[in-house]
Amino acid sequence: MGRAYSTIAFDPAKCDGCGDCMTACAQAKTGTDDIARSRIQIYGREGAPDKTFELALCRQCADPKCVTVCPAGALNKDSTSGVIGWDASKCVDCLLCTVGCAYAGIALDETAGHVSKCDTCDGNPACVPACPHGALKYVTTANIYNEVGDWEDLFAPGLAGCQGCNTELLMRHTLRRVGPDTVLATPPGCVPGMGSVGFNGTTGTKVPVFHPLLTNTAAMLAGIKRQYKRVGRDVQALAIAGDGGASDVGFQSLSGAAERGEQMLFMVVDNEGYMNTGMQRSSCTPYGAWTSTTPVGETSRGKTQDAKNLPLIMVNHRCAYVATASTAYMEDLYEKLDKAIAASKTGFAYLHVYSPCTTGWRFPSNLNMEVARKAVETNFVMLWEYTPQDGLHFTKPVDDPLPVTDYLKAMGRFRHLSSEQVEHIQKKVVENQKFVERMTEHAHVG
Amino acid sequence: MDRAIEHTKYLIAGSSHAALEAINAIRMHDAEGPITVVTRDSHLPYSPTVLPYVVSGKSAPARIFLRDEDFFARNKVSYRPESGLKALHADRNSVELVDGSSVVYEKLLLATGASPAIPPIPGIDTVSYHVLRTLDDALKLRGAIAESKQAVVLGAGLVGMHAAENLVKAGASVTIVEMSDQLTSGYFDKVAADMIEQAFRDAGAKIMTGSRVVRLEPSPAGAKLTLENGTTLEADLLLVATGVKPNMGYLNGSGVEHQQGILVDDRMQTTAANVWAAGDCAQARGFFTDTKVMNAILPDATIQGRVAGMAMAGDPGIQDYAGGVPLNTYHFFGRHAISVGSSKVPEGGEVVTRFDEQTGHYLKAIFGADGCLTGIFGVNEFFDGGVMAQLILRRTDLTPLRERFVANPLAVGREIMSQTWR
Ligand SMILES: Cc1cc2nc3c(=O)[nH]c(=O)nc-3n(C[C@H](O)[C@H](O)[C@H](O)COP(=O)(O)OP(=O)(O)OC[C@H]3O[C@@H](n4cnc5c(N)ncnc54)[C@H](O)[C@@H]3O)c2cc1C
Ligand code: SF4
Ligand code: SF4
Repeated sequence: MGRAYSTIAFDPAKCDGCGDCMTACAQAKTGTDDIARSRIQIYGREGAPDKTFELALCRQCADPKCVTVCPAGALNKDSTSGVIGWDASKCVDCLLCTVGCAYAGIALDETAGHVSKCDTCDGNPACVPACPHGALKYVTTANIYNEVGDWEDLFAPGLAGCQGCNTELLMRHTLRRVGPDTVLATPPGCVPGMGSVGFNGTTGTKVPVFHPLLTNTAAMLAGIKRQYKRVGRDVQALAIAGDGGASDVGFQSLSGAAERGEQMLFMVVDNEGYMNTGMQRSSCTPYGAWTSTTPVGETSRGKTQDAKNLPLIMVNHRCAYVATASTAYMEDLYEKLDKAIAASKTGFAYLHVYSPCTTGWRFPSNLNMEVARKAVETNFVMLWEYTPQDGLHFTKPVDDPLPVTDYLKAMGRFRHLSSEQVEHIQKKVVENQKFVERMTEHAHVG
Repeated sequence: MDRAIEHTKYLIAGSSHAALEAINAIRMHDAEGPITVVTRDSHLPYSPTVLPYVVSGKSAPARIFLRDEDFFARNKVSYRPESGLKALHADRNSVELVDGSSVVYEKLLLATGASPAIPPIPGIDTVSYHVLRTLDDALKLRGAIAESKQAVVLGAGLVGMHAAENLVKAGASVTIVEMSDQLTSGYFDKVAADMIEQAFRDAGAKIMTGSRVVRLEPSPAGAKLTLENGTTLEADLLLVATGVKPNMGYLNGSGVEHQQGILVDDRMQTTAANVWAAGDCAQARGFFTDTKVMNAILPDATIQGRVAGMAMAGDPGIQDYAGGVPLNTYHFFGRHAISVGSSKVPEGGEVVTRFDEQTGHYLKAIFGADGCLTGIFGVNEFFDGGVMAQLILRRTDLTPLRERFVANPLAVGREIMSQTWR
């Protein structure tokens, strides 16, 4: 099994070229302030209309060319950390590695007379905290993949989903996390469409799974959970439902189960429509979006109503736990998944995950995470969590959101929007943000 | 005893850079197919390039190996040292080894590299001399250097120069005899070569360029050399470093076409079915010419080895070999020289040089008529050779940036890298 590794990520948009990272690196690695000796190098791009900054830093390649051309065996990839380490006692100063690397990740430190490269400071890179603008991040999400990779995959191999869809990731991660003592409910939607309910008389999961109606998912699951409790077995009751099944026809059973505090985890995979059956609108479809029932033609310009904010409605059920999450922020999602599982032991836990739909939203299949990230960076989607004890608070606050057009233009379903429609959406984003912000302020009042 | 003939899926002859990269590439795509490595050498894999440092004592012989037994076990590779290829029967998909045994393969990679080319100087058979290509050569030379008072190095290529530096540092009086009229020709231009020559002279070495040895004979010291102009030299240590020739004697009668090296296409396949070749023994497309060239350098051996491995395993991710680009780095007396690309100025092209006598920084950049970089050479001027090679391979038009680029190839190269192939 391959491993995933932590990495230093650079966001050029946030960099102002101050060079503090280089000073921090030079100090940490050479004990001097000589930024020429820093292993991270920032370059100002001249001639560009607005000043932008470029980066030279070792990427700790999976397939490192520096290692293959080293004649002395002085470079090696550490299989635990992923870092390409340099062994001074073997190096013969031939500089061949600098010819092999296409990224200027290893270079001559003229003062030392040897090559030098980033070693991520043993997992605690000095440059990252030194950046005053948050342009450098040490991304440790890999730890999740390594840990989860060791758990049993409870979903069948193979997949019948659309290319680039993030729902497989959600299903596999969630099932691995909840473990084998689980009963899973998957009402009609993309999740069964992808195979949870199985083929040819076998289930698509290694845990018991059933296929309730759109309308009665939460009710059926509540009954099953109670029966297991009665016979003295502790099983995890888990529903993975679409937004249609949760916010429209399935809402009364969902609301009822939440109100009664049934012990279950209800996960909604929100792709903002009935995508599995041909991309019809749901009450979670946003204003202006094209769907097959809110078409774009001479008079119709996409959906004319705003989306229902289902997770906020769930907060008003005072559930044991309510949170929104995004697969572009896996660490955040995982923390919430853990809390939701814990809360579902005693009450109703609700997790609302935004799930960009390559087919229905019309964007290239390699851009799912990018679209999910843009939704958060523009505040179109807000990531927060709620418990009755601590109220509501943001987990990824975005203080300086990008214009919503950055999100809208990332996909085809908004291509037709008039400037008035865009304005409407931008206004709604601000309004929603204020609304949720007010709830965070009231959180501790009582 | 009746020996069963061994069958293997991938047979690799040679155990150096080209071979090791091919193993990596095969295992990326085919985790299971049996791989057998047969090699002439008696050790675990090591690089010829590290040998000058074994000679100087900087590298401990026990620590130069590029792979260990465990690597071969983990990768399901059967590693057979002292099993050189004697003959190839491409029509029967089989090879004969020096120990008389045979191996039948599905796919064969010839990665047998090169050996020192011994010039046909009259009398050369009558004297004892050193070469430097294998670990055993290096160990022998290391012992001899310690004893030497009066050494002669034939050939001023990088191998000869490295050895000469070691000899100088070990305290011997050293004479370098080179036929052409500059040192390191083919790697560095006259200006750079003069800087290298000066460094050697400053350290006490004697350099005789434009000199041909016409006769060798034994003498009480060891060997006596007679030059074309009648001068004679005495040597207690003679190192022959006048170039290399590919190891391909086993091809005789196999039908595999070869000229200076084994001819291969852009996927490293030879003219025979199921036979590939890569590295110093192969003659492949050159980046700057349409003809096939020998580009006997380490980085190219790894690139060719990878292409060959991918082709042998049927990896659909394979891309055609882009052609050999000369790349050389050279460290001498604490200074360094780097050369990337062709030293020829293309038609309509332009050469830009700058030289700072005070600091000894020298830079030369060559641009084609289309504004693309075709070569860049520096002494004591560090730039990222890998970035430069990409600029050449990607044919990046540098016209708008030329002045800044020549002033600071390190910074501007990195800027372009970060913008274009981040
Ligand atoms: C002293 C020295 C310094 C060098 N310095 C540099 C440098 O600074 N930069 C640079 O780029 N290059 C340098 N080179 C060249 C570089 O080492 C080679 O280009 C590179 O090693 C080529 O790799 P290869 O795998 O093609 O062949 P080789 O490294 O030559 O390996 C050939 C392999 O094949 C085996 N073999 C030979 N014949 C047979 C046979 N008949 N059957 C089976 N196996 C056989 C050998 O045992 C060996 O394992 C240097 C070379 C030397 C000798
Ligand atoms: S030095 Fe270069 S080739 Fe090596 S791991 Fe870093 S980026 Fe990759
Ligand atoms: S300079 Fe050192 S690390 Fe780089 S290739 Fe040479 S021996 Fe290896």
